Parts: sequence; C-alpha cells; structure tokens
Amino acid sequence: MIKAWLSQHVFVFGQALKRMVLSPVTNLLSILVMGIAFSLPVGVYILLQNLHAISGQTTVTPQMSLFFKQHATEQDIDTIRNLLQEQKRVVRIEFVSKDQALLQLQQSGGLGDIMHSLGRNPLPDAFVVDIQDANIEALDQLQTTMQGWPEIEYVQFDSVWTKRLEAILNFGRVVVLLLFALLSVAVVAVMFNTIRLQIMTRRDEIELSKLIGATDGFIRRPFLYFGAIQGLAGGITAWLIIALVLQAINDELKTLADLYAWDVHLQHLPERDSISLLLFAAWLGWLGARLAVAGHLKRIESDT
Amino acid sequence: MIHFKQVSKRFPDGYQALNNIDLNIDAGEMVFLTGHSGAGKSTLLKLIAAIDRPTSGVIAINGHNIVQLRPAALPFLRRKIGFVFQDYKLLFDRNVYENVLLPLQISGFDNKITAGRVRAALDKVGLLKKEKAMPITLSGGERQRLCIARAVVHRPLILIADEPTGNLDMAYAREIMTIFHSFHQVGVTVLIATHDASLLEENRYRVLSLQHGKFAA
Repeated sequence: MIKAWLSQHVFVFGQALKRMVLSPVTNLLSILVMGIAFSLPVGVYILLQNLHAISGQTTVTPQMSLFFKQHATEQDIDTIRNLLQEQKRVVRIEFVSKDQALLQLQQSGGLGDIMHSLGRNPLPDAFVVDIQDANIEALDQLQTTMQGWPEIEYVQFDSVWTKRLEAILNFGRVVVLLLFALLSVAVVAVMFNTIRLQIMTRRDEIELSKLIGATDGFIRRPFLYFGAIQGLAGGITAWLIIALVLQAINDELKTLADLYAWDVHLQHLPERDSISLLLFAAWLGWLGARLAVAGHLKRIESDT
Repeated sequence: MIHFKQVSKRFPDGYQALNNIDLNIDAGEMVFLTGHSGAGKSTLLKLIAAIDRPTSGVIAINGHNIVQLRPAALPFLRRKIGFVFQDYKLLFDRNVYENVLLPLQISGFDNKITAGRVRAALDKVGLLKKEKAMPITLSGGERQRLCIARAVVHRPLILIADEPTGNLDMAYAREIMTIFHSFHQVGVTVLIATHDASLLEENRYRVLSLQHGKFAA
C-alpha cells in the first residue's frame, strides 16, 4: 500500500519534470524571473550581513580625541583635564603629549623619516577619552560642547560611524524584509499564472480524470510538484546569481584590499540560510500552484 | 445493482429530462436503453455515475444510496463504473497504452500489475498491436474500442456505454457489440444507451424505452 503510494508520487514527480523539459523556454524564463526576484532581497540581505560583520570588528565603546591648538600651554591642558573630569559621560582619560604622539608615529609606520625631515614636531597635544555608551544625539551634543572649550582645535569622534552604520543596517533590514515580502508575492503570482495556463491546456485530462474517479488530490498532485520544483529551481537560480555577483565584487575588492593591506571579502549565505532560502522558494512555488489549482478545479467541476 | 426510485431530473432552465422514473437492473444483467434523442438517455446514465444529481428520488448503486454522497466519496463510486463516453474523451497527448493506463493510475494500482492489465484490456478490443500509436492516427472504430478498453481496464462492476455505435458502420457496430457481450458473460453489469434499432433487433436482451422522460410500456 505504502509502496504503491510512494511509486505514484515518484511517477508524478517524474511527470512534472518531464513536462518542464517539454517546454524548456517558457519554464526557463519563469525560473529566471523567480531567480531574479529572489536574488534582489537576498543580495541586499547578504550585503547588510557583511557590513555588520565588518562593523562588528571595531570597538563598540565610543572614543573621542581632543586635539589642542599648537600653542596650547601646560595650564590650558590642566583646564581641559578638569573640564573632562566634570563630565559624567567620560569614563577614562588618557593624555597623549605631542612628543609621545611623534614617538608612536615614528615607531608604527614608515613615516618616521618624513617627520624627521620636517624639523619640528607638527603634532598637537591630545586627550583620548572613552565615553559611556549612549545614543547618537547625546554623543553629538558632547562633541559640540567639547569643541567649544578653550584652546581645543578639533574634537574627533572615533567610533561614531559604527553607531551610525548600525542604525543604517537596522533600517536596511526592514527594507529587506519588505522587499522580500513583496517579491515573494510576485513569485507566487508568477507561479499562479504558469499553473493556470497549464490547467487550461490540460483541461481535457482533468475533466476526464474526474469523470473516471480521480480524487482532487490526484489531480492536484502533478501541479503542486511542478510548482515546488520550479520554485526550488528559482531559489537555486537566485543563489547562483548571487554567487556570481559576489565573485565579481570580491575580485574588485581584492585589488582594493591589497592596496590597503586589509583583508576583506563578501561572504555568501551560510549553509543553513541557503537551505532555508531554497525551501522557502519551493514552498512559494507550491503555494502559487495550490492557489491556482484550488480555483480552477472548482470551476471545472461545476462545468461537467 | 442499479436501482432508481421515483427519480426526476429537471434542469435549471426548466427542462424536465426525467419524470418519476423507477428502474431496477440486477447484477450481471445486460440492458439496452433506447429512445429518440433528447428522451433522457444520457441524463439517466450520468445520474448513475453521479456526474449529475437528480432533482428528487433515490438512486442506489451496489446497495449504496448515491444521492447524498459526499463530494470526497464520489471518486470511489466512479471507480466501480466503466464509462464509454459518446465523445470518447480520449487524450491526444499520449499514446494508446497510456490512455488505457490512466484509470489504473487514478485507482492507485501497483506498477507491477498495470502493464499486464492494460495489455489484457487492449487485447480484448483488438488493439494490442497499436499500443504505441497515438489516438489521432486511429480510425473511428478503433477510437471507440480504445474508449472501451479504458472503461474496463480497472474491472468495474458496471459498464455504461452512451451511443457506442453512433458513428460506426454496421460491421464495426457488430464488432463492438460482441465485445460488450463478452463482458456481460464474465458477470459485468452492462447498460448500453442507443437509438440504433438494428442493434436491438439482433439481441435478446431487455430493452428499456424512454419517451419524454418516462419509460414506455
């Protein structure tokens, strides 16, 4: 009994595949349409994931550097130190004198010789302070306040961009979700139309099958398989499109990354997400087919 | 096997196809149904397979009342019946063999026995050599026989034929009747609707004559 049931399913599966091969152009086109529809949101999602990974590498504690004007005196520095200590949000204060900065610079890069040739030290004295984590507005406000202090040339906010990036990424995720929902509807619609056309061309077969004792399940099955297989193929197409695009981008990035000695390349979906994508695509194809079949079976029934 | 009690069928446009019909056909019986066109022959056959529903009355097939049948149970009633359609309803996108295979697939037969069954049915109607042919290449008589093979391949209890010799010349028609006769001999209940008087003269089976939706005396 189970064996007969199973062999019937295998047979129907084969029939669905056969039908796909019989009209290759139409089917390849709708698979391509679905692939492109999927690849858009998934591509954006992958980009966001990669940006998130990059921003995740940097420190989360916001840091600010306060640079003094060149002629700032020992007394000015003390004044600022006092002001900093009064700020509640400042959790750690580190003073970097111009001599110290020069020394660090000479040790770290190949810039030492250039510095030497300048004759005098062009670097300013500076405070590097850690700030308590807060929202962007508060941090911006703090920066403006510090900017107004005497003998301060410039206040640099070192890690605010990661915060801004996070905010953009969160916004991006909402966009991806909407895009995904919208294009999923499109995929269901494409599948609905494909199956609708198939039902119309196979009307005789459906009518006859009903007359000689086919259950609705039997009639539905080949269309559902067809929908699921096409959805799956659409998902695979999307995955391949993204893989190709990432390959191209990574080639370009490599040149850039080599120049800056920075190891960066975009990653494709992890295994689990890839499988989820394919399953979801297959399900959407199935759903489109199911909706098309439901409506048309009823109509055919009332006609006979 | 087929039991009608006070069955009427009125179509939505007001046409009264069958008017208070009583009918009793025993298991294994072979019966002809005759009458002018529009007398209600096709309607009566459709009611047996629950393709149409009566306006009133009771229809019992093999002891089961089919008037109140749930839609989900319909397929299982139809599998007990082999229907030879007036317009054949052959599928032209598949060959002779696959046309006959369809009822077995629908009924969920095991692959191992389907090939034997299909060939046996084709052999019975003399189409075994044409199993790979496409229906479009068959003559009228061959199409009719293909339709019969498809109707009997799943070994139904009841074989119903609607004008099976309608478009055939006399020699073909006799051939077809011989085939039906052989099914009757192995115990199948056979009901044939025809307006072909010459067929009736040659046979000694019960003849039911429909006139304006009623059986003539």
